[in-house]
Amino acid sequence: MTTESDIAIKVQGLAKSFGDVQAVTTVAFEVNSGELFGFLGPNGAGKTTTINMLTGLARPDAGTIHIGGIDCTRKPRAAQHLIGVVPDESNLYPELSGFDNLCFCAALYGMGKTERQARATELLEAFDLTKAAGRKFGGYSKGMKRRLTIAAGIIHRPRILFLDEPTTGIDVASARQLRQMIKALHNQGTTIFLTTHYIEEAERLCDRIAFIMSGRIVRIDTVANLVQPLREKHVMQISCPNDVNNLSTQLGKEFPDQAFSSPEPGLIQVEAATPIHVGPLVRFLEDRGAEVAEARRIRPSLEDVFVQITGVGADVMRTEKEKKGGAQ
Amino acid sequence: MRLWIAFWNIVVKDFRTYYLKPPNISWGLIFPLAWTGMFFIKSGKGMESISSILPGVIALSILFGTTSLLAVTVTFEKKNRSFERLLLAPIPLELLMLAKTSGAILFGVFNAFIPVLMAAFLVDLGHVNWLVFIPAVVLISVASTFLGLFIAVAVSEVFEAQTFSNFFRFPMIFLCGLFFPISALPVFLKPLAYALPLTYGADLLHGAIHGGNILSVPIDLAILAIFCVGLFMVSLRNIRRRWIA
Ligand SMILES: Nc1ncnc2c1ncn2[C@@H]1O[C@H](COP(=O)(O)OP(=O)(O)OP(=O)(O)O)[C@@H](O)[C@H]1O
Ligand SMILES: [Mg+2]
Repeated sequence: MTTESDIAIKVQGLAKSFGDVQAVTTVAFEVNSGELFGFLGPNGAGKTTTINMLTGLARPDAGTIHIGGIDCTRKPRAAQHLIGVVPDESNLYPELSGFDNLCFCAALYGMGKTERQARATELLEAFDLTKAAGRKFGGYSKGMKRRLTIAAGIIHRPRILFLDEPTTGIDVASARQLRQMIKALHNQGTTIFLTTHYIEEAERLCDRIAFIMSGRIVRIDTVANLVQPLREKHVMQISCPNDVNNLSTQLGKEFPDQAFSSPEPGLIQVEAATPIHVGPLVRFLEDRGAEVAEARRIRPSLEDVFVQITGVGADVMRTEKEKKGGAQ
Repeated sequence: MRLWIAFWNIVVKDFRTYYLKPPNISWGLIFPLAWTGMFFIKSGKGMESISSILPGVIALSILFGTTSLLAVTVTFEKKNRSFERLLLAPIPLELLMLAKTSGAILFGVFNAFIPVLMAAFLVDLGHVNWLVFIPAVVLISVASTFLGLFIAVAVSEVFEAQTFSNFFRFPMIFLCGLFFPISALPVFLKPLAYALPLTYGADLLHGAIHGGNILSVPIDLAILAIFCVGLFMVSLRNIRRRWIA
């Protein structure tokens, strides 16, 4: 049972267009206090536009926004004291050092000198930037910029944190470290609104996920509920290096309860509503001269759900993003 | 207290990163020197002419030290998105923009005193009415800075900020009675002169330095103050409409 005060973000009928481009169309959702909510969608889906409206950087054409119970519809900047924002590109001062950037950001929230210096030192340490503290932000590498931008976003310990594609454009190790930090913040009770186009990231981190496509939310649910229908399906892949086209048709006749397909030469995919017994299948194949190299169960992931719902391949989304250059 | 910390740190940061940079400081020195020299040579009258050209040089020092500098720094911060950081902070927009402009206003006031210091070595400034002079300098600085803010909201590229500033600044050199009296302007340009804030500022400076103002001091001060408030309000409205769009 959730009450009004348990709801950190409440959005109804949100819409925004830029000229002819309808960036966001009647988006509605609620994020509970302490929840880690994922906003997942391909390029141009309207993720950043939504974040901008929620954080007071843009005015919606229609709809209502409540942040921490405050009505921000008419006054977009009314809830600034509750929120922290990590934008998709860094927005710190290139000519200031890492330390000075953090101290300045803390001062914007009214923190006193000793308090802000202590907090800046603490965050530089936590984000592994102590050695670069005195260097100008403009000379930081992408990953360092990203980390300092996140540190700046949480310097005032916001109750609600907006993260716009935090791990885009940085290496695997830094991304993993960042995900751990996001988890830690979540465990400390911070409400987190995270946009991403990395499906695995959303699956690993989020409590609930909204899929957004062309400005519309196509599905909102918990990760467990989203993958549940797929979990009920059993999938197995058998690799046979010899030609198998013929065999998958024959298999279909022999085992009518299971569906067989050949996603690529040398590979047979088996799908069934009940657990698949591998023994009879392998025997059947070997009896017909096929050499079975491997048979493995496939665990359906959020990626499959995403592809099913949106028709967009996750790999397509990823390559588009990398072409674009990702975040700074 | 919390808002004061934010306000003060914005001013200090802008001063450190923009206004106290060597190019800006040398600009503040070279500019009045060049103008004084030019008019000095042109008038060929010697030392006495200094007090008659001083108001113009002071007004230009302020104008050139504030308008484009503010327009350029704000546009620069809009462009590299650090301005968003300010818009995300829990500071009322009015206070935020006052903080953002205070640095430039102070810089303008400092710039005004550079030609005064130079002139003090050459002529006797004992008769200057400082009670009129100081409010005049402050108000000219505020009006020129807010003009820069108005420009910053109207453009989106740094070079546009620069060009657009010049579009305002250069006509003002000739139209506002800085070096040539407004009475010497062609009739059709006179209304334009009275539509520009610097006209009233220059009138105040002429009055304070060597007497001979056209309007009375309270009227000049009041009109200049109205320009300041008006420019600030219009800029704020434009910011709300264009930057939080
Ligand atoms: N300021 C703007 N002016 C014009 N069009 C815009 C503007 N901002 C966004 N758009 C358009 O609105 C749509 C949604 O953009 P948005 O940036 O919200 O997408 P996104 O989901 O964040 O994408 P990405 O994954 O690339 O960051 C796009 O078609 C984009 O071109
Ligand atoms: Mg985006």
